[in-house]
Amino acid sequence: MNVSSDGVDIERARAELVGACRDFFASRGYCEVFTPVMIAAPAMEENIDAVPCRDGYLRTSPELQMKILIARGHSRIFQIGPCFRLGELGPLHRPEFLMLEWYRTRCTHLDILLETRCLLQGILRRFEEAGRPPAGANRLGLKGPWETITVREAFLRSAGWDPIAEFDEDRFWSDLVLKVEPDLPSEVPVVLTEYPAAAGGFARRKEQDPRIAERWELYVGGVEIANGCAEIISRQEHLERLQQAADYRRRHGKPLYPIDEGFLAALDHMPSCAGVAVGLDRLLMVLLGYESLDEVTPPALSSGADGPDGHQPQRS
Amino acid sequence: MYSASDLRKGLKIEIDGEPYEIVEFQFVKPGKGQALYRCKIKNLLTGATLDKTFRAADKIGKPDLEERDMIYSYPDGDQYVFMDATTYDTVPVSGDMLGIRKYFLEEDMEVKILFHNGRPIDITLPFFVEKKVARTEPGVRGDTATNVTKPAQLENGYELQVPLFINEGDVIRIDTRTGKYVDRVSKG
Repeated sequence: MNVSSDGVDIERARAELVGACRDFFASRGYCEVFTPVMIAAPAMEENIDAVPCRDGYLRTSPELQMKILIARGHSRIFQIGPCFRLGELGPLHRPEFLMLEWYRTRCTHLDILLETRCLLQGILRRFEEAGRPPAGANRLGLKGPWETITVREAFLRSAGWDPIAEFDEDRFWSDLVLKVEPDLPSEVPVVLTEYPAAAGGFARRKEQDPRIAERWELYVGGVEIANGCAEIISRQEHLERLQQAADYRRRHGKPLYPIDEGFLAALDHMPSCAGVAVGLDRLLMVLLGYESLDEVTPPALSSGADGPDGHQPQRS
Repeated sequence: MYSASDLRKGLKIEIDGEPYEIVEFQFVKPGKGQALYRCKIKNLLTGATLDKTFRAADKIGKPDLEERDMIYSYPDGDQYVFMDATTYDTVPVSGDMLGIRKYFLEEDMEVKILFHNGRPIDITLPFFVEKKVARTEPGVRGDTATNVTKPAQLENGYELQVPLFINEGDVIRIDTRTGKYVDRVSKG
């Protein structure tokens, strides 16, 4: 049995969490889907690296394959499964982790934020009904109101500059980690919204201000738990984002990934939609009141960056 | 040079020409953002620690460090001369660098000396040495308590605290890492 240092049955708690997610989405008419884990073309983003596997890669997220299903006519889909990211190993990172991801058509990033709130309340209720209220739940303020703050406000307050007016990628990410995140309240869930477009993943740009991406990040107990956005549905805009990411990766000496042509073709039939990704290991960790993934997941084999199969980090 | 992704606890790196050891290490990364490597590093020359954060794109210097097996030969003024166990080269080491460890050296003692750019910066002695007590107040017979102590001096002038039952002429064991009394080896 996998029992934590303070006697909590981790596997039982994880099963409760996953069961609660499945029930929640079933009750809202979502279809559970299973897209491939081994893929030829992972989504090309600036700072997410894929683990090579045979002639392809292990997925860094199920995003592209799920969006293809949306383009083919599904309106509400969710998936729970493992994702892999190269070189990510720390108290809040595992090279392999359990992801919950869902997409819904004809809704905005704010609609799907509301749905995320309902999901977390559903999860909490499930734990309480099972007579196992999670140890961290009260401290996290999940039942009360959530706080929302824009990236611009948070940066002006904690780092003294406006990343929307002038984006500086190096400064943005280090200030986010070293200055902004430590200032966010940890006793209530916090939603950070309106990211600079260049830090927006595949989020649609705001119509009134194209410097801003319609993306949010949810912090629970001060830990990044979920990320949601209104998706780019224009082929042109998507190609521009891929180009940006490719330029960045080339500048930083990172490998470029092939472009998923099937996905690009699907964009011609893509309805407006929004999606959310939740790190379930992290959610389990904060619910149970822990500060490290060590408590809820087995030790990682390695960061994936120093494997025996030729992916040795370059030394000069 | 090292890449940021090579960093880990225990790795020795070089910053501004000085060698450091990473004593604490944490990987942090926003979901869509650049990874940061937060480290606490210890200066191997001064022992001072500081916080240092590296970015994924950073290249970090690799210090030229070499540990060699050496044998202690003889003192020479304020210097202590060691001989390389394989090449027989001799290397003088200053008393300042040795600190209290200079009191525990014995002829032909096997030690390890750490060199940075060819300069000796640290020395590892055998963990325990046996030394004769030269001067101390007379022992209190039957008092075997070790938590009550009195000052004592070795023949070379090193002073330390010993239990009350220790007499002049006794041989005691000393931990070279702390310079403290461990136990009595034999009575004088």
